[in-house]
Amino acid sequence: MDFTLNDEQRMLEETAARLVRERYGFEQRRRHAAEPTGYGAGIWAMMAELGLTAVPFPEGDGGFAGGGVELLVLHQQFGRGLTLEPYLASVVLGGGLLSRLGADAQREAVLPQVIAGETILALAYAEPSGGYDPFWIETKAERAGDGWRLSGAKSVVLHGDGAGRLLVTARTGGGTGDGDGISVFLVDPTQAGVGVRGYATIDGLRAAEITLDGAAGELVGPEGAAADALEATLAAGCVALCAEAVGAMEQACELTLDYLKTRQQFGAPIGRNQVLQHRMVDMRIALEQARSMAILAACSLEADAAERERRISAAKALIGTSGRFVAEQAIQMHGGMGMTEEAAVSHFAKRLVMIDHWLGDSDYHTARFAELPEAA
Amino acid sequence: MDITYTAEEQAFRAEVRDFLRDGLPGDISDKVRGGRRLTRDDHLRWHAALNARGWLAVHWPTEHGGTGWGPVQRHIFDEECAAAGAPQIIPFGVNMVAPVIIKFGTEEQKRHYLPRILDGTDWWCQGYSEPGAGSDLASVKTRAVRDGDHYVVNGQKTWTTLGQHANMIFCLVRTDASVKPQEGISFLLIDMDTPGVTVRPIITLDGEHEVNEVFLDDVRVPVDNLVGEENKGWTCAKYLLTYERTGIAGVGMAKAALRHLKSVARRQERCGRALIDDPIFRRRLAEVEIDLMALEMTNLRVVAAVQGGGVPGAESSILKVRGTEIRQAITDLLRRAVGPYALPFQHEALESGFNEEPVGPDYAAPLAPQYFNRRKLSIYGGSNEIQKNIVAKMILGL
Repeated sequence: MDFTLNDEQRMLEETAARLVRERYGFEQRRRHAAEPTGYGAGIWAMMAELGLTAVPFPEGDGGFAGGGVELLVLHQQFGRGLTLEPYLASVVLGGGLLSRLGADAQREAVLPQVIAGETILALAYAEPSGGYDPFWIETKAERAGDGWRLSGAKSVVLHGDGAGRLLVTARTGGGTGDGDGISVFLVDPTQAGVGVRGYATIDGLRAAEITLDGAAGELVGPEGAAADALEATLAAGCVALCAEAVGAMEQACELTLDYLKTRQQFGAPIGRNQVLQHRMVDMRIALEQARSMAILAACSLEADAAERERRISAAKALIGTSGRFVAEQAIQMHGGMGMTEEAAVSHFAKRLVMIDHWLGDSDYHTARFAELPEAA
Repeated sequence: MDITYTAEEQAFRAEVRDFLRDGLPGDISDKVRGGRRLTRDDHLRWHAALNARGWLAVHWPTEHGGTGWGPVQRHIFDEECAAAGAPQIIPFGVNMVAPVIIKFGTEEQKRHYLPRILDGTDWWCQGYSEPGAGSDLASVKTRAVRDGDHYVVNGQKTWTTLGQHANMIFCLVRTDASVKPQEGISFLLIDMDTPGVTVRPIITLDGEHEVNEVFLDDVRVPVDNLVGEENKGWTCAKYLLTYERTGIAGVGMAKAALRHLKSVARRQERCGRALIDDPIFRRRLAEVEIDLMALEMTNLRVVAAVQGGGVPGAESSILKVRGTEIRQAITDLLRRAVGPYALPFQHEALESGFNEEPVGPDYAAPLAPQYFNRRKLSIYGGSNEIQKNIVAKMILGL
């Protein structure tokens, strides 16, 4: 048992931490958010330059073959800075799925540009009536000559409006809800059959509703057998989100603790009040429990699928709940200030609550955990 | 980062498991699993089996007959013991007074008491709490006044766990009332056969006799029974508390209880289907299991951090708060699992000799009493509110 980082992981952490520290102050973040893409184009280029965007890809795809712990380390820092750049969408989800499923030619054509930060990928997997279930796919793909035509609708696609290419899940067989019969397609969103309705999300990111009306798609991987790769990719996404939540919880706790020590009322710092002290302790306990689960999830990415999925769902469920708890308490203890747009804490709170809405909330993952078979 | 156990640690786990298979008497583990009462003799037999293997004094250095184990080994040992249905080691002698004697005692005290703790000659109990001093130990009022070669002790101790079985009690006593509360306290060892010592049972809300009041009326205690210096007992008290805190998360016990809960929920029927298939119950089960997974990881992080030496600090307060909340949640679900059969009060069904047909399923009788009994977890050893005060001060700097 060893909870320490190796030298390379420590360097990675330091690189990401420095980036966030120097380029992601609260005011800087505001400026990044105001850019046309909704994130810092310069920062994104810097992430690529520093090699961060290559971290999770296998060496054969031009990456550094980073695993769960590398994702943990990076995204924890991203969470501390509330970064807006499309790392999760393009590198972890889109790039991750393409790297797992794609033929050599597809990976060679797209992944170098993804790693260079020049092409943004988005993973369009969820559907309006599917809630958080990635297998609830009504979008259909049908053969048309040499290619495929896709029809359907995809909901709340992270960075779906800024993506150069979409990875779209569609059904080539099986019934809605089945694992079998799911295929993945590379889709050019600029073609006539694709409707992209982009919008900002409450946590400051970009997303889109995407409609497909006979849109051309290029099959990625084997027909009808993408479920396992999709699950593995979403698992990596959950690790990233869990880690971001821990980073955001750290900051929310630090800001709140600082506030309790400085804000004076009735002639004393409000942190003298035992009720507030105990709440702050409860926040800290929630943070430590969340950190533990983020570590467990990160260290389980390479485990066999059954054990991995159980642990990922456990982690996402616990972090959804604890993140919301920390967010609500942080706002409450900041009093009126916590309600304002100008206070940093409110943005951490929004991100924490919204993380529960990305890739499955605590209800979804708790129920999933309860249904997944226990390891012997 | 690697959350798996090393090959040596896994080998150690296998060794513990082997020992438990042969060394833990089956009638004792049956009682533990079935939630039935253990006798003094049951505890002593288990201690003797551990002592014969050299594994009773988990925290002691090897020179005094201890295991010399590190935190990870102790954690594995706790986990395996709980999984096997072993009773908890009665901590008062082995894990509480002994480390204090080893650290602060005279050579004579070590020579006399340590072997008697190992071989079961002495059964110790704890004289810390008083009616007016719960978690606030520094306010102890029991007085010890020097009279020649003796202290004359007067006062009352309470919540003395299993004191009815004990022949020795270690006490915090006030030897100087004129100084600050922490400064006038001494750590005294008292033979309970001394005239003036009276033990009275306290029956707890579950109907059980686990704790006692101990009255001390003009009890003459030889000065030789003072551990450390007079008026410096607070140092001993604090040192002892750090030992009380190890293993405080109770992960092994919680895991065993969770397994029991699942087995009950599989056997328990509700309107034609197993309770474990009820979505609401399943969800509650999943929530507590996830909380426990997080606690286990948090515990391992603390264990790994102190592996190099030392004892956990205020982080153990976090483990105590969460660990007790989770164990309470599990006993709550156990009680609710049997539905209406939580109602019958079958005090005698907890006795090992009980041969009648129980009311309801045979696993039901202990569940409500255990639920009520486990309310103590968030009260004793420094209430959870006190633990939060510690975290607020030591970790958060509030």
